Amino acid sequence: MSETESPLLTASGLTRYYGPRVGCVDVDLEIYEGEVLAVVGESGSGKSTLLAMLSAQLAPTRGAICYRTREGTTRDLFSLSEAERRFLFRTDWGFVHQDPRMGLRMGVSAGGNVGERLMAVGWRHYGNIRSEAVDWLGRVEIGADRIDDRPTAFSGGMRQRLQIAKNMVTRPRLVFMDEPTGGLDVSVQARLLDLIRSLVADYGLAAIIVTHDLAVARLLSHRIIVMRQGRVIETGLTDQVLDDPREPYTQLLVSSVLQG
Amino acid sequence: MSERDIVLRVGGVEKSFTMHLRGGAVLPVVREVSFDLARGEIAVLGGPSGIGKSSILKMIYGNYRVDDGTILLREGDQWIDVAQSSPRRVLALRKETIGYVSQFLRAIPRVSSLDLVAAAAREGGLDEEGARDKAASLLARLNLPERLWSLPPATFSGGEQQRVNIARGFASGHPILLLDEPTASLDAAARARVVDLIAERRDAGTAILGIFHDEKTRAQLAVRMIDLTRFAAGPRGGLAGRAPEERPDSHPS
Repeated sequence: MSETESPLLTASGLTRYYGPRVGCVDVDLEIYEGEVLAVVGESGSGKSTLLAMLSAQLAPTRGAICYRTREGTTRDLFSLSEAERRFLFRTDWGFVHQDPRMGLRMGVSAGGNVGERLMAVGWRHYGNIRSEAVDWLGRVEIGADRIDDRPTAFSGGMRQRLQIAKNMVTRPRLVFMDEPTGGLDVSVQARLLDLIRSLVADYGLAAIIVTHDLAVARLLSHRIIVMRQGRVIETGLTDQVLDDPREPYTQLLVSSVLQG
Repeated sequence: MSERDIVLRVGGVEKSFTMHLRGGAVLPVVREVSFDLARGEIAVLGGPSGIGKSSILKMIYGNYRVDDGTILLREGDQWIDVAQSSPRRVLALRKETIGYVSQFLRAIPRVSSLDLVAAAAREGGLDEEGARDKAASLLARLNLPERLWSLPPATFSGGEQQRVNIARGFASGHPILLLDEPTASLDAAARARVVDLIAERRDAGTAILGIFHDEKTRAQLAVRMIDLTRFAAGPRGGLAGRAPEERPDSHPS
């Protein structure tokens, strides 16, 4: 973690209006490999708009995002061709949706879901694809005997783990997560947090996690961004911002967490 | 204390909390705190409760912001000011230079005690196998029953949790170690083992700054006392120096 290392992704002045309505204004951020960045704030604070822009799914009204590719060149995301962006999305990036049904094909087997992403990057040999799929299902604690089952037969927690396996199989360097533990039972959440944390540690993954759950941000992230009404109001080391919040709104958020 | 042995230099540190939910009330915590710490030395922060002892440890660790002053850590030939460091720099310092044993264990719920400690040892640079060995030997030394190693500490007693916490803090070889009442919830036998561990680290050259309320522990470790009443920010309310989560406005009920 040297100071001279260059960021994987840099956003500057990111702004998005929906007509006259503000989505997100003047957001600057950087993320480095091996680092988890949490974006917190209430609904309507602009978190999801920000995530959609960072993952190149939504064009900003103004501002820029630069990404350092595997080849080592830094490219402006919105100067890439559609094909290049799609390729990034299939290989170097992952996107974990809150609702696994949005990230999975529910009519396709678990193995098929994972294998599909490999085929998209050129894997052709059925046996290799299947064994890689089994391997990744194992890492997210889904037994090999479930490989031919469809996600419709899985519990919410299993679906979420399958979605993560599907994303991880191409060894992405950057994963976007939108409320990855939302809607899950507390015990299932804990297991998922543990999984995400170990993936970050083992693969040097960078992750940008949008969450309204400060406990998730505390346990997973190194740095945090607090958003309100489309703007970043406070940012810094996660434990510092949560234990010694400076802004009135951050103090309100922190003080509103139920004490266990 | 020789100048070149100094590894931590706190100079003119000031801290207060501004509580916006209380109409912007300002709670002074500490003012003009200055002291040095050398390698191979144990110093203890002294003074009545509420004087800001934990807050000082938290500022040194980068957990609390610093309003004014400097907190210099030696890293090789360089001095790094924690108070001015970027978040990533602070994270790097925590990895390489400075360790912290907090009063309470905070961990991902499902992770086993052995894995928690091993993860800290890996952070400190050991490989997978070395880290597990190190974790096992620490837990054994701290006399945590082996049947508990594979369990997450959430259901443990206070003393058992604290032993996991201590093992985690001692798992990597930080040259500076901050200890916030590491022996508070331990029985005499467990405390003696912790005192041994601390003494061993001091003898190996680690600089240790702690809060120890227990007179016996202080005497055994022959610590130098840094009296904070000299620096206290006044007028001292009973709230100053406590963590935000302990302050009443954090509990809206």
